[in-house]
Amino acid sequence: MATAAHAQKGLFSRPRAKTGWFSWVTTVDHKKIGIMYMFTALFFFIVGGVEALLIRAQLAQPNGQVLSADAYNQVFTMHGLTMIFLVVMPLGSALMNYFVPLMIGARDVAFPRINAFSYWVYLFGGLFLYTSFALGGAPDGGWFGYAPLSTLQTSDGMTFYALGLQILGIASLGGAINFIVTILNMRAPGMTLMRMPVFVWMTLVTSFLLLFAMPVIAVALFQLMFDRVWGANFFDATVGGDPVLWQHLFWLFGHPEVYIMILPAMGIVSDILPTFSGKPIFGYAAIVFAGIAIGFMGWGVWAHHMFSVGLGPVANSAFALSTMFIAVPTGVKIFNWLGTMWGGSIRFKTPLLFAVGFVTMFVIGGLSGVSHAIVPHDGQQTDTYYIVAHFHYVLFGGAVFGLFGGMYYWWPKMFGRHLGEGLGKVHFWLMLIGFNLAFGPMHILGLQGMPRRQDTYPDNMGWNFWNLISTVGAFLIAVSILVFFWNVVRSRTKGEEAGADPWDGRTLEWATASPPPEHNFDVIPHVTHRDDFWHTKYATDEEGEPVKVFAGGSGSDENIDQVHHTGHIHMPDPSFWPVVAAFGLPVLAFGVLYISTPTLVVGGLILLVGLFGWGLEPSAEEH
Amino acid sequence: MATQDIVLDTQEHTSTGVDNVKLAMWAFLGSECLFFASLISTYLLYRNDVLSGPTPSEIYDIPFTSVSSFVLLMSSLTMVLALGAIHRKDERQMRVWLLATAVLGMVFIGGQIYEFTTFVEEGMKLDTSTFSSAFFVLTGFHGAHVTVGILLLLTLVMMSLFGRLSPGAERKVEMIGLYWHFVDIVWVVIFTVVYLIPTNG
Repeated sequence: MATAAHAQKGLFSRPRAKTGWFSWVTTVDHKKIGIMYMFTALFFFIVGGVEALLIRAQLAQPNGQVLSADAYNQVFTMHGLTMIFLVVMPLGSALMNYFVPLMIGARDVAFPRINAFSYWVYLFGGLFLYTSFALGGAPDGGWFGYAPLSTLQTSDGMTFYALGLQILGIASLGGAINFIVTILNMRAPGMTLMRMPVFVWMTLVTSFLLLFAMPVIAVALFQLMFDRVWGANFFDATVGGDPVLWQHLFWLFGHPEVYIMILPAMGIVSDILPTFSGKPIFGYAAIVFAGIAIGFMGWGVWAHHMFSVGLGPVANSAFALSTMFIAVPTGVKIFNWLGTMWGGSIRFKTPLLFAVGFVTMFVIGGLSGVSHAIVPHDGQQTDTYYIVAHFHYVLFGGAVFGLFGGMYYWWPKMFGRHLGEGLGKVHFWLMLIGFNLAFGPMHILGLQGMPRRQDTYPDNMGWNFWNLISTVGAFLIAVSILVFFWNVVRSRTKGEEAGADPWDGRTLEWATASPPPEHNFDVIPHVTHRDDFWHTKYATDEEGEPVKVFAGGSGSDENIDQVHHTGHIHMPDPSFWPVVAAFGLPVLAFGVLYISTPTLVVGGLILLVGLFGWGLEPSAEEH
Repeated sequence: MATQDIVLDTQEHTSTGVDNVKLAMWAFLGSECLFFASLISTYLLYRNDVLSGPTPSEIYDIPFTSVSSFVLLMSSLTMVLALGAIHRKDERQMRVWLLATAVLGMVFIGGQIYEFTTFVEEGMKLDTSTFSSAFFVLTGFHGAHVTVGILLLLTLVMMSLFGRLSPGAERKVEMIGLYWHFVDIVWVVIFTVVYLIPTNG
């Protein structure tokens, strides 16, 4: 295509490598980006897990000496930040990146370079946060960063917090816009909204939550930054600043954030359960609208994080009611999942185990969550381990189980090989037992009054036994994660080879090869049903029972056979500008941190050069 | 083919019929609404807390700011004229109007710099009071948005001069225009809330 207009030439030609490390740095392929998201998040999962083990080692016995009080504050803060912003959210992004385009029958996301940019911003933002350990101390004011604790600390930790989360927010915003446009605009012919897999729906709801939650926390973080770096007075009570403003802004973001973490896992589970039950999802419309309802109502419950602030009985009552009410759509989903499995021909493969683990653990976390909605009860629970138990049941027992289920489910599609079933089951049971040992006792400790975020506890409080059990559970979880990583390594060579459709899947991602070719589908599928791929494989007999169809349809084999006819499908070319532009952000952040004009100028220039290179990049047609 | 161009070529195939970039821009502007709403809420919370610093009524020069607001609003008009010119494939006239829009934006930013300087000289700095912090951060972020808009407009002009605006020139101008009008509308809200609604002070 060298005949294209020379006027279109850019400053540099676009990189073309499709293999080797440089191809990963410059890739704009949603599948490669998804894999990078996944492994980066798993890396941070190890880091955050080690932090968790340090916390539990410290608390195994009264008057623990493993960490100093100062180090403990840094470790629990970074554990929370890491698990939320660097593990659960990006693991969700990883699976969204890889599978949303496949599930809607698209060749890529709407903005492949913004997608790459989001990943690099995420990576650099995470590394920026972690440089704080070497530069005078990590954030130590909790992931919620309450003022004035966050404004008065003299170490740079909470400035790292303000700037690091700001960077990560840019990644989330880019991803959110990308997925909104991809899902609304790039569906294959016939893929109406109400035919989309539930995971795609939940990605859409999550993206809208991110779109509107990220700017709120951005403002709060900017205000914190101006307070800390330039002496502004937003949260300084001595001159009339209101620390409660921080809490409102933070939780106006923070509660939708909870759904941002759980909805993707709900979507994953809603796709795993039908596959392994041999039935379509029970009450598709109900589960979709329940997800949307959670998305809307998630904006009206934030002050239940602030019942002990003293907002007054009217505000507390209103938020108590809205919080109880949001349990309704969540409960609807639980019944959808139960109804999906009811009467199904269930195959207890590892992904299903994790999905069932998700449902059961999430119910426990949901019930303790409803107990927070009762304001007087919440007064007893606030700042105790009961809260820690609750949110680990929803975020670990919920989101993390769901995400592991998703990885076991989709691993054969991503890498062409299964993760071992035996090791997978060992992983699941170890993790389930370890998880309940680690976090179940925290309900009791919390009700006994053990305060959270304290580095030690005295001997005579009656908390020793359950703390020890909890620590044993935490290390059991660590063992289960080691089993998982061993499974990953082992699957590279010994994993059972997976065909295009190893699970007898229902949705479009199983209609293409494993791993899929760069262009996903040789022929863009035409969708005529919900669970379209299933209908290409099965018809129903007179009794309504599925019967395998051997001919016809646009099933997987046909697509795989066509892989060699792909020369004409033009995919977006790689680009190195996203990584350049993304690198400008941490440099800028260091410039703010040390109020260094040269650093700010350099960072700004890197960002500008990256963006202009991006904007003026030649079109691939010149090649 | 650059990704935007793929989008352009396939825009009749989008599931909703709305162009991808336009949908993304609307989503982004929706996000921006919440950004400014948070800043404006903060300002409303703090606008009476001036401590020993000057009060809003003492320090605001409303005739001056009205003029610079008028200048910014007029830049929306020139932006529309630029879009009209490119609809007629008249790139030269489009450059004139884009440049006019950028210049009007720069006049507004110049006015803001003058205003900030005056305020500091009169004893109101970022750290004077919660009111001053809220004022400077709100209007400062708006000014930053206008500045980004000016850079985008000048980039369009330069691209056009080097003959690199097409293909897709109309849509590029339209997208920058959407952003520019949004920033103008936000200023209407800020001007009303910050300058025109009287405070207790």
